[in-house]
Parts: sequence; structure tokens; C-alpha cells
Amino acid sequence: MNTIFALSSGQPPAAIGVLRISGPQAGEALRNLAGALPIPRHASFRTLRDVDGSVLDQALVLWFPGPHTATGEDLAELHLHGGRAVIAGVEKALARFSGLRRAEPGEFTRRAFANGRMDLAEAEGLADLLLAETELQRRAAVEMAGGLLSRQVIDWRDRVLTCSARVEAVLDFADEDDVAVLPPDFTADIQGITEEIGKALDAPHAETLREGFRVVLAGPPNAGKSTLFNALVETEAAITSPSAGTTRDVLIHPVALDGLPFCFIDTAGLREEGAEEIEAIGIARAQAELEKADLVLWLGPEGEGPVGAWEIETQIDVSGHPCKAHPRHRVSGLTGEGVMGLKRDLVAVARVAMPRPGQAALNLRQRSLLGDAFTALGSAAAESDPLLLAEQLRLARLSFDRLIGRSATEDMLDALFGRFCIGK
Amino acid sequence: MSSSGNSFDIVVVGGGHAGCEAAAVAARMGARTALVSFDLRAIGAMSCNPAIGGLGKGHLVREVDAFDGLIGRAADAAAIHYRMLNRSKGSAVWGPRIQADRSLFKRAVQKMIAKQENLSCIEGEAAELIFEQGRVAGIVLGDGRRILAEAVILCTGTFLGGTLFRGEERLSGGRIGEASAQRMAAQMREAKLPMARLKTGTPPRLDGRTIDWARLDEQPSDADFWTMSPLTAARRNPQIFCAITRTNERSHDVIRANLHRSPLFTGAIDARGPRYCPSIEDKIHRFADRDGHQVFLEPEGLGTHLVYPNGISTSLPADVQLAMLRTMEGLETVTMEVPGYAVEYDHIDPRALRPTLELRAIPGLYCAGQINGTTGYEEAAAQGLVAGMNAAAAVVSRETPSLDRANSYMAVMIDDLTLHGVSEPYRMLTARAEYRLRLRANNATTRLTPMAVEAGCVGEERMQWFRQREIDRVKWNEALDRELGAVELAGKGLPVRPDGGKRSLREWLRFGGVELKDLSRWFSDGFDPESEIALELAEDAAYAPYLARQDAELRDLRASETVPLGEGFPFASVPGLSREMVERLDAARPETLSAAGRVPGITPAALAALLVHARRRMGEAA
Repeated sequence: MNTIFALSSGQPPAAIGVLRISGPQAGEALRNLAGALPIPRHASFRTLRDVDGSVLDQALVLWFPGPHTATGEDLAELHLHGGRAVIAGVEKALARFSGLRRAEPGEFTRRAFANGRMDLAEAEGLADLLLAETELQRRAAVEMAGGLLSRQVIDWRDRVLTCSARVEAVLDFADEDDVAVLPPDFTADIQGITEEIGKALDAPHAETLREGFRVVLAGPPNAGKSTLFNALVETEAAITSPSAGTTRDVLIHPVALDGLPFCFIDTAGLREEGAEEIEAIGIARAQAELEKADLVLWLGPEGEGPVGAWEIETQIDVSGHPCKAHPRHRVSGLTGEGVMGLKRDLVAVARVAMPRPGQAALNLRQRSLLGDAFTALGSAAAESDPLLLAEQLRLARLSFDRLIGRSATEDMLDALFGRFCIGK
Repeated sequence: MSSSGNSFDIVVVGGGHAGCEAAAVAARMGARTALVSFDLRAIGAMSCNPAIGGLGKGHLVREVDAFDGLIGRAADAAAIHYRMLNRSKGSAVWGPRIQADRSLFKRAVQKMIAKQENLSCIEGEAAELIFEQGRVAGIVLGDGRRILAEAVILCTGTFLGGTLFRGEERLSGGRIGEASAQRMAAQMREAKLPMARLKTGTPPRLDGRTIDWARLDEQPSDADFWTMSPLTAARRNPQIFCAITRTNERSHDVIRANLHRSPLFTGAIDARGPRYCPSIEDKIHRFADRDGHQVFLEPEGLGTHLVYPNGISTSLPADVQLAMLRTMEGLETVTMEVPGYAVEYDHIDPRALRPTLELRAIPGLYCAGQINGTTGYEEAAAQGLVAGMNAAAAVVSRETPSLDRANSYMAVMIDDLTLHGVSEPYRMLTARAEYRLRLRANNATTRLTPMAVEAGCVGEERMQWFRQREIDRVKWNEALDRELGAVELAGKGLPVRPDGGKRSLREWLRFGGVELKDLSRWFSDGFDPESEIALELAEDAAYAPYLARQDAELRDLRASETVPLGEGFPFASVPGLSREMVERLDAARPETLSAAGRVPGITPAALAALLVHARRRMGEAA
């Protein structure tokens, strides 16, 4: 098994940065950096050196031999000075040791769980937990499992169960006069549940909450994208986001506007003909960003932007700038004119797209399972063969059960025998 | 092992449906087997209703038959009325059911038992188990004879503490003499097996000559030819009809006025009865808004005038039973030959059994049938087959077939019993089988006979029949692979869109409106679209998209089946399992991770903890 490491404290720069190393080589890695292993569970002050002997940092180090550690494995902690370069330097040195690699998102948690070090009571939504890739998702999953979504799914599941019981009664007790046919409102019941699930699927996604409302600035080169971009993000508080990062072609900047997470994306100028190779790569990335965007601000010639994009007239401080007949906003990135109005408009739109408190924000897995249930119930409503109808209802229940983790046959029989007078 | 007269590989106690199948399959597999019954003439007796099969139950009969068992052929030999239940629905829920002449059924079973090699019948009462080095080594009979064996299979029905109730009357039941049965019961108690009590009931028996049949709706035997076992070439007996009558307000008044005399309501019986087979007093009490309940009048045989009124099992006093009967149409002057009664009995909590039906606490001792909390001949027969097969496989060192919920109703039942336990007498229902689209009564041979052959359960006659059937199946599969354009089909008047492209005949069968017989012209001579094998393949084709979707689900299921927890898995020492989870798991002792997932109330989090622990144990063992 690999030994993993990652920065476990907040984003640098900060006063200190805590790097954790977990796995069978943790002790060896610590020895290589800091000399002899310190006494277990006692802090000691050491000079960390790279393989060539150069000093990386002076740090507080801790050594926790497994299995009674947070991850259940050998674990080392380095409390470094919290500057970006210091941390990057130590990480680089660690990555050079064989058998060590950077941790995947959530991997410490997964190992802790896999080694029985985590409290299971808080982790009823386990499948979610194992799929969760960030700490934020993990917390959301645990909250979800005990809360809103579970109650909603249990309600749907119970109603589908009632429908199943009706069909099963027809199938298994067909020769009894109590249950010869399905009741007339049967299909309407299924359609009602299907519609509710459809609405839940249309609701804002957990990813939007996690990654922010994605606003892409697009338009031809020199349309004023970067100036507006800077005006939008400059004075705002930067927030971190899993997808934060800068490439040479696409500039991504997550910020909070009025408490809502946003992600502004400045794309390379969209121009197809005559693009140099590097620029062409940038254009491809820009296209990909456009597809992922929640909203596009179009700074190019009116009517030529993507469908649904907002027409933005820019550079209004420059006389003779290209005018638009029906701009949603007129702004100047340079003077700031119109930028406040644009921000207010963005906040208003994003607020609607974000999950509201008390509204279940479904993650990809949950959407996919509910989507399966939605499809199955849709087919069920149109099915005339009770056997296949029962199968579709079973598939819907299977999806619900996978969402919340319950088994169902016995429940169905309870519903069946509680409702009908059957049996000879 | 010595070959002396009182030493066998396997001893089966009890000659009912479970015992006969257990003994016969063990013998077919080459184990030297003894069948012990207190009365050899009672072997194969039908103790309750004179019918075999039904919804879910018909599936079990066909599955036991696919292992070359007895019940299907005996049912055909005794059948006086064939009815395919649910015929108007998809074939996966068709329920083949016959009414049997009791004496013909018994005679057929006894004949097959007598013919079976390696199988001896011994008359006597099983009084005591012999233990040697912590496992069962045989039994002692009531007269002191000792029969040694490597495995003992108990198929003793309700012999443990049975009590009969009829109104204010109480009778001690159980077919084995109390004195001797108590010794074995005491041994079982010493093993600290979890026991529980269940209740079941039976209706009164009527004199058919006193029923006014002319006034009632008749239900004739199915005219089209089908049989319980595909080895049965013809229906041998005259076919007779049944009739239907109903209870009415006057019947309900009679019952309501006497509820205080029913042991079910006085509190004399507190065991749980079956929800799917409630007594008539239960029905009237719980579903008070119903103004009538159907009653099927089923003749018990060709040579008897007894009639079984299906639907009114009761424990009311005999005088009330007669008064209630006479309120019904056609029964105004009926005579009651035997009044109905309720039985309360002990059974073993089947969670004490391994999936092989061997008691975890007593190696070498297997249990099958009603003793495990089930009801019904078919359920008993299927358990007998499974227990006999596993016991024999252990003795003759053969692999047992890998039955699972996706390939048989038998496995669904065993899995339900050993993981869930029972809270009422367990009866098979198609609703219990989540993969029922692939578990049809009419594809039992294809599903199971190859496994049965592999396990050595199949005799020569079926072997020959099966080989020929496999040849036919291959031919049919090739014929169905033939591709045909939509234009050709539409040209012959079939309801397909002419632009539907080119597809195999198999694929065309998936679309509504195209049936196998419509495609006859494209098969060569000798292909009978009405043949059993053709119908099976056509149904496979029709269900194909659903089966494909289930395949993905089954891959998950079977992947977690391959994570063994194994005997003696230390559930209590798994980190992070709550005490409630440990208790549930300790009661059911699932042997695989997937089985653990089917234990009621087990959370996904608990499963993950088990997975992790199981993997670690496997790692340590490796």
C-alpha cells in the first residue's frame, strides 16, 4: 500500500502548515527528512533537510506509530512554517521518496474508515461517504443521510411500496376476488410520485454549491474580458474551490459575492481561424468552460454568443466602442461604471440556482439513482403487463434503497397482507 | 465404513414430502440411505389439502423435479384436476397447480422410493440421537435398535410439542409417540437451539354427496396438455371439476356470534398464524367490510367422496362450523365428515441453520420442512432436496450446486429462512423472488438440471431426456438467430414497421405483436412453435431487455457473495459495529457479505465495517 501525504491545514499562506504522512513508509520518510524518529506522540523540534542536505524548514514533528492513530496506520505530522514555498518544497521532497504520493481528496478519511478508526454511527450514509471526494461532500453526505433527502426518499419509497403491494396482490393472489384488478387511481399515483422526483432532479445540484456558480466571460480577443474580469473579482474575497487554479489559457477565480460562491472564468479569446497552436489549445479549453458554465457573459458582437448568454456592452468609457442594441448590462471595467449593477444581477440569478436552506442538493450519485427511479416509474406508468410493471416498481425501489440503504421485500409483504384480505 | 445392516451414510427421519425427497436425492447421489418412518404405509401421505403447486409453489415443484425429485412425477400420477393459475399474466408468474387423489399420490411416492437403489426403509420411531465426538453419529429407535450414520436429516413435521385446538377442545398432537419424542426433544433442548411457536389451521372436510353441485359455478380442469413434470408423457386419470361457493352475511353473523369460542380470540393460541392463509374467523374480524369470501370446493380423490373447502380454515367448535357451512349456497344440507382445527407447534428458528440446512450447533444434523417454520408440501419437498443433497455431498465428497436467489426459488426460500428467520409459517410467493422474471416455472430444467447433473442427482431416464432436450435447444437457438428484414415480416401481415431494419427472429419476438407462431413459416420442418422448449426460448427473448438489466444488479450481488465471512466470524469484535447489529448478525450468522446485507435491519455502514474486517482477515490468513 502506498504511503500518502497532504497538507491537512488550511490554504497557505498561514502561520503554520500541517503536513500529514500516513502509511507504512511514514516512519522512513520522517527519518529521511528529520533524522531519528522522535518519541511517539511527543512533539520535537527538528531541522528538515532535502536529500542533498539543504535545509527545507525548521519544524515541529510528531510521530504516531499505528494502528492506534487517526488513520489506523503509521502517521507522521510536520508542523511547518505556513508559507507557500516552504510547504511546496517539503511536498516536493516527500514526493521524491519511493512509495510516497500525494493523497487523493478524502483519502485520509477513507483509510481511517477502512481501518475501523471512524465512528460508524455518524456515517449511516456510507455509500455516499465512500464516494465523497472532499471533506465538504463528506459532511454534506452525513447530513443528508440523516436529514432531508432521506425523509423525502423514504416517503417516495413507501408510496411506491404501496403500489408494489397492489401489483403483487394481483400477481400472487389473482384468483381471489378481493384483488383481481388494479384500482383506477393506480397510474395517477405513480405519475404523482414521478413528477415529484422530476422536480427534485431539476433542483440545484450539490456541485453548484461546492464549486460555485460558474460565470464565463467570453468574446473575441480584446473585447475587454480581462478588464471586466478583474473588476468583478478584484475587490472580492477569494474563496478556495476544488477547481481553482490558473492555466495559461483559462483564468479561474472563485469569489464570494454577497455570501454566495461564484467562480469567474476568463477565457482565451474565441477565434478560430489563424490561431497558433498554443492559442488553439486555449480555445479548446475555453469551449469546454463554456459548456460547463452556469452563465456566459458575452462581450462579442451582439447575437453571436452562445444561447442564453447575457449580452454585455463593454468599454463604455471608450468613445466609439461597439454598441449593442439590447445589452443586459453596459459596463466599464476600467471606471467600474455598471459593474455594481451587473454584480447585483448575477447575485439575484445565482441565488435562485443555489440550493436554498432546507432544499436537498443532490450530488451526482444521488441524481443518478433518483434518475433511475424516475425512468423506471415513467415506464411503470405506461406498462400494462403487471409482471413488467412490478419489475419497474422493483427497480425504482432498488434505487431508493441504494440511496438510503434498506431492504424491501419483507416491507412489501407487510404492505400486501395489511391491505388485502387474501388467502384461502 | 462397515456395510452392516444398521449402518448407513445418511439416515432420514420422517416419510413426508421433505423426508422422501431428502432420502431419494441422497440415494441418487450414491449415499447409502435409510428412511425411518413410524409407519411405512404412511410414506408420501398428504396430510392437509389435496393439491400440489400453485403460485410460487408450482415453481418449487418444477425445481425439485429439475433435480430429478419425486414430487412433480407423483403429482402427475395423482392429478385429477390441472389448473395453470395466473394464465392471463406473464409466464414468470404462472402457477401450475394440480389437485391430487391422496391415495394415488402416496402410491406413486412409495413406488419411486421402493425402486430407488441405495435406499432402505426402516419402520420405527426415532427416539434419540447418537453423538460421537461432538457430531451426530446416528439414531436410536424406540425399540432400542441403533442405526449409525454420518448424517441425520430430521423431517419430522410438527412432532415437537404440537397441540390441536377446536373450540374448547384440546388434543396433544404429533405423530411420534410422546414418550420417545420427548427424549429427542430433550436432546435438542440441551443443544440450546432457538425455538419458537407457530400456528396453522385446516378447514372441515365435507361429504361431497351432500353438496348441491348443480347450483354452483364449476371450474373445469385445463383442457390444454401440460404436466407438473416434463417426464410425464400423459395425463393418466379422469379429470374432474371443482366448484366455487362464497361465505355471506349470514355465515359472518354465525362466526361473529361465536368468536368468543374460538381459541384464536380467547387467547388460548397466541402463536402467529400465516398472514396469507388466515382462518375464516380472522378474515371476518380483520376485514369486516367484506360481505363475502370465496370458497373453493376441491374433491379429495376419485375413490372418496371427501371434499376440501379451501378458504375456511377454522378452529371454531364443531357445531359452529356446521352452522356456518350450511349458510352457504350449495351447502345448505351438507354433512361434515371431519371438523376443522388449528394446530400450534414448536419449530426451530431457522437462523440456527447453515445454508445447507445443517444445524450450526450440531454438526451432521440437518433439518427440513415444517420443523424449520415453513408450511406447504412444496416448501417441505424443496428443503428436503436441499438438505439431502448437502448431506450426501458431504458424505460422498462432491461439490454441491451453487443455488442463489437469482437461479432458484429454492435458494430464495433457504436464504429467507436462514437469514430472516420466520414470524409466521413461511410460504413461497413469487413476490419473494426479486429476480422472478428469470425464475419461471417453465424454465426450471434449463436453470437447474445442468447443476443437478453435475452434482450427480439425476437418474438415467431424465438424463436421456435432458440430453435430447439440450440438442433441441441448440437447434432452436440457431433457428432464432436467423436474421430477417422488417419488410419480409410486414409482407406477411405482421404488425412491424417496414423501416424497422434487419433483426434476428429472437429480437423480433421482443416487440409487441410478434409471437413465435407468427414466425412459423421461417422455421424449417420439425420445428414446433408450440413445443415446450420453443415457448421457453420465446419468453427469454421477450424478457431479454429486463434480464440484461438484472444482470448488472446480479454482478454486484455475486461480487459480494465472493466475500466470505465464514463459519465463526467474530461479529462482536468488528470495530464500529453497534450492539444491535452484532445481535442481529449473531442470530443469522450470514456466511457471505452479501448474505449479511440481507439480514433485516443491517445498515450499509455495518456492511462496510464487515467488508473491511473480512478483507483484513483474508489478508491475515493468506
